[in-house]
Amino acid sequence: MLILTCPCCGVAADEIELAPGGQAHIARRGPDSTDAAFEEYLFLRDNPRGVHFERWRHAMGCGKWFHAARCTATNEVFGTYPAQTTEPPQEIRDRIAERRTDQPKDSRA
Amino acid sequence: MKRYSAFAVAREALTGHRGWERAWRRAQPKARYDVIIVGAGGHGLATAYYLGKRFGITNVAVLEKGWLGGGNTGRNTTIIRSNYLQDPSAAIYEKSRALYETLSQDLNYNVMFSPRGVMMLAQTEHEVRGYRRTAHANALQGVETRFITPAEVKKIVPIIRLEGPRYPVLGALWQARGGTARHDAVAWGYARACSAMGMDIIQQCEVTGIRRDGDRVTGVDTTKGAIACDKLGLVVAGHSGVLAQMAGFRLPIESVALQALVSEPIKPIMDCVVMANTVHGYMSQSDKGEMVIGGGADGYNNYTQRGSFHHVEETVRALIETFPMLSRLKMLRWWGGIVDMTGDRSPILSKTPLQNCFVNCGWGTGGFKAIPGSGWGFAELMAKGHAPLTDSFSLDRFREGRFIDESVAAGVAH
Ligand SMILES: Cc1cc2nc3c(=O)[nH]c(=O)nc-3n(C[C@H](O)[C@H](O)[C@H](O)COP(=O)(O)OP(=O)(O)OC[C@H]3O[C@@H](n4cnc5c(N)ncnc54)[C@H](O)[C@@H]3O)c2cc1C
Ligand SMILES: [Zn+2]
Repeated sequence: MLILTCPCCGVAADEIELAPGGQAHIARRGPDSTDAAFEEYLFLRDNPRGVHFERWRHAMGCGKWFHAARCTATNEVFGTYPAQTTEPPQEIRDRIAERRTDQPKDSRA
Repeated sequence: MKRYSAFAVAREALTGHRGWERAWRRAQPKARYDVIIVGAGGHGLATAYYLGKRFGITNVAVLEKGWLGGGNTGRNTTIIRSNYLQDPSAAIYEKSRALYETLSQDLNYNVMFSPRGVMMLAQTEHEVRGYRRTAHANALQGVETRFITPAEVKKIVPIIRLEGPRYPVLGALWQARGGTARHDAVAWGYARACSAMGMDIIQQCEVTGIRRDGDRVTGVDTTKGAIACDKLGLVVAGHSGVLAQMAGFRLPIESVALQALVSEPIKPIMDCVVMANTVHGYMSQSDKGEMVIGGGADGYNNYTQRGSFHHVEETVRALIETFPMLSRLKMLRWWGGIVDMTGDRSPILSKTPLQNCFVNCGWGTGGFKAIPGSGWGFAELMAKGHAPLTDSFSLDRFREGRFIDESVAAGVAH
């Protein structure tokens, strides 16, 4: 079973305690944006077979949102970090680079 | 291709079964094809078949990284129905269901289509209203379905418990000509027919890159070398995001694991398909006697081909609630497939930002039933640039807000 440590309350939570929230770090578009920008914001996803930055909610625990870096092919977890970030922190990227020599430094690229 | 027939069986029985041919040729890639299809699942193979049969395009290769039919096509629970809500869905799914009726004769290969009836239980007032609406929509679309009473449900499925502890059965949407087919046979039958037309089906040949010249595709890189093509069709279900990344565009798709399981074989107890969307589970009985059970999809992206355990627990719990007699049944096998989910739960059959590259994906949890219809329409799209069956399913519907919203009509994986 997938276990993620909630950075808000520190509990190592089983996936049945958590609610998945999809790809992280998607910038919300404003009312003046083009249709293409809205399409990107609402629908287009990276969907990588590899490192994925994603949102989770500790639904059956403290209730807070947070972020996780996880490999979608193996479920290896590279770490969790607070929701109040617009990109993965350096520390998480370093850990990914350390363990995944096959991955680009910023796997969103 | 030697045809299969009662006469052929008799002849082979008398001559020691030495005259059977390989169903399809083992092919090595040529340097160039008119059309390359990536992915030898049902949809890729059916596309190739109808390219040849309807449009005379036979210089075609179907490239498969594993073995043909080894993706979701060989992992699904084989439910076939066409009782969808929206008109474009009804058109393609009903075309598909109709093609299934005569597919064995068409392919000269027994796909064991069994129109045994599909029953979708209504277990909340909301579902009753939803299914009545679908039945009305289906009547207008020319799809034969009917809303039936709990008494009729019990008559068709005597093992069902109508007064469940959480959700009583309030009625059902019944499609008498829905049913099941043999999944492997569908892939094998199309593969055999494609090979007979001279097409190359190349297994253990993974596409690792897509070659481009500006906004045109020129060919693909594979584990068996580079192959050039005039047109490219990406038909790789859960791996569509990976192929799109190679081609340099993004798709409105997320991949998740979907699971199924089968029990030990038992005597016949249920001769139709029953789906229970509210409690998340569905079941049919295979010809071998196994209860074939499908469950929910994972909530988060993954390519693990395995899925989370608690979904199986939820599914089994729901089924025992509805069919208490199953409680002592042992489960024999359990597996997962990676399904490609779109935002409106409808597929994408479309042109792409690259001129001569087309995608057929997003069938998610329910594309087995659509294999013949999808192949029929997608072949036309690839050959002619547009097709009545597929035009509504284009990629730009997400940008333009023309969704084909089926997430209400199909609350559960199927
Ligand atoms: C558990 C489960 C139950 C289901 N139940 C039902 C059901 O009851 N009814 C129903 O209608 N649908 C059902 N479905 C959905 C259905 O199985 C799929 O929608 C359908 O089979 C998709 O067919 P396909 O040909 O598009 O994909 P697939 O059969 O997955 O074929 C895609 C192929 O592409 C290959 N591929 C991937 N990447 C590459 C590459 N780089 N190079 C070369 N080849 C590649 C794969 O190996 C694979 O063989 C179910 C699915 C699952 C997983
Ligand atoms: Zn917490």
